[in-house]
Amino acid sequence: MFLQLVANGLVTGAVVAIAALGVSLVYGILGFVNFAYGDVMTFGAFVAVLFDGRLGMAMIVAAVLAMVATAILSLGLEGVLWRPLRARRAGFMSLFLASIGLALVLRQAIFLVAGPQPRSYDVDPYKVYVLGSVRLSGAQVVAVAVAAVAIVTVALVLRVTSVGRTMRAVADDRALAAVSGIDTGRVIGVTWILCGLIAGLAGVLSALVQGSFDPNFGFSLLLPVFAAVVLGGIGSAYGALLGGLVLGLATEVSTWSGFHGGVNPVYKPVVAFAVLIAVLLLRPQGLLGRARTL
Amino acid sequence: MSTIASGDFWAFVGVVAGIYALLGLGIQLEFGFAGLLNFGHVAFMAIGAYTMAILVVKLGWSMWIATPLAVVAAAAAGVALGLPTLRLRADYFAIATIAFSEIVRYVATNEETLTGGSQGTINLAGAGQAASYNGDWDRFESWVQSTLRLGSKDAAMLAIVWLVALASCTALWAAGRTPWGRVLRGIREDEDVVSSLGKNVFAFRLQALAVGSALAGLAGCFYAWQFSFFSPADFAPLLTFFAWMIVILGGLGRFFAVPVGAVVFGVLFAGTRFFDFAPFAWFDSAERAYLRLMLIGLAIIGLILFRPQGVLGRREELVLD
Repeated sequence: MFLQLVANGLVTGAVVAIAALGVSLVYGILGFVNFAYGDVMTFGAFVAVLFDGRLGMAMIVAAVLAMVATAILSLGLEGVLWRPLRARRAGFMSLFLASIGLALVLRQAIFLVAGPQPRSYDVDPYKVYVLGSVRLSGAQVVAVAVAAVAIVTVALVLRVTSVGRTMRAVADDRALAAVSGIDTGRVIGVTWILCGLIAGLAGVLSALVQGSFDPNFGFSLLLPVFAAVVLGGIGSAYGALLGGLVLGLATEVSTWSGFHGGVNPVYKPVVAFAVLIAVLLLRPQGLLGRARTL
Repeated sequence: MSTIASGDFWAFVGVVAGIYALLGLGIQLEFGFAGLLNFGHVAFMAIGAYTMAILVVKLGWSMWIATPLAVVAAAAAGVALGLPTLRLRADYFAIATIAFSEIVRYVATNEETLTGGSQGTINLAGAGQAASYNGDWDRFESWVQSTLRLGSKDAAMLAIVWLVALASCTALWAAGRTPWGRVLRGIREDEDVVSSLGKNVFAFRLQALAVGSALAGLAGCFYAWQFSFFSPADFAPLLTFFAWMIVILGGLGRFFAVPVGAVVFGVLFAGTRFFDFAPFAWFDSAERAYLRLMLIGLAIIGLILFRPQGVLGRREELVLD
């Protein structure tokens, strides 16, 4: 039972971690918390429904197309919303409030186009892998593997490629990066594309793990994702990974009956929110973040 | 007669706008004056409504005792949340408060013995016996109706809600002109300057949060009376965003902009429900509901882009940063 909870926690954590990576990237470069991120994930999940269900493509093809579509959406929003706001010298408060407006627009647009009924992908829900006393569904195994590969890839891109280096330079000090010849507009564009790819992937993976989902599901994931970002240390790829895993394990293992009878499973989201508030209070820079004033 | 022409319908819109105005006044004080980004405002509304309903139904107390206690409970919850979280930076404070409001909603949904669970307050007295906390309120409403010789109970409700909302607004306006209000505005502009003048920034912010939460608690009580029963789903984060929309729409830094914003929002939000001409005729009623929320989101974005001081705001005093 305990091992099963740990396994479930790792799956939840891996999916939350990949989503947290996207939030963390945008925060690092643009300095604001994007409230529309959950609904961008929903967008990705629903695009995959279109390709997988309606057009009958293989799940992996549908997932890649959904990532591309989400990246296009993400870049488009930079063009019509974020860049004009920055041009007006909007501070993080304005960007934050605008992202709330955007979240409403995106979610309602998805409701309008796709309808409120729950959806699921055309995958075999009964495929189960047994590992000792632990049983994992096919979707769970795929989610963990893909999330692990994706996170390592993004961390490597940030570490070794020249695009990654310029992104980190812009994150450190945008003005300094600009005077040293970095095209900050282009770097920000690349960041939004990367963030869109990650959001699309995270949307598809969490939808896959959840099994059935409606247009509200991305928004309901947003707070746990924020919790993971803050927990790991904002702006750090490995921090997002660590934050996601710790959060996933904490929420699942908290229900273990060996632990003072365990938390009632209906309170799993509350455990995540409580972890979030506790981290903000005790270590606001996160587990791997640099100390600074928040 | 079509709904859009009926007096009862507009009285209902007016009551809801009055409740939103009370909710928005709290945000105006917290953000427009003290610079606090409270995204969990609806939690205090829930705490007020539930405290009142539980005291009346479970303990059999009079509404006249339960309501002040409900307002105090909301204010106390504001202080309890603010004590640890007020030192966070604005966006982290916002995340902490929205997490708090979701915790409140989950607890209200799952602690059935205390709150009646997801079915709402109808289950407060236990399954099978429809509980009501409205007795005292109905008597009071009838008394107001007969004293003022009003045509309907809805009209009496409208008068009471707006009297309270405008009285609160006036009181806050007066408070905003005292040294207390000036310190709050100073904190919003530059807290370092204010603290170097020897003011306790933390204490002033905590006071603003307590007063704002008390107003939300009062709004929660009115919400409870207006709808006879309520459930945790009524206190979703969306309601907080509506209150924000009203404050941004009306204009930041001015209390009397809030009732104006609430009326505009109420008419837009409720009124568009009955738009049955093209292009709205192309959609069914569920689709129009999505469309309405979408328009609200677009309006938030548009205001931030093109008129960050709001409709009645003072550009020289405050623009969204």
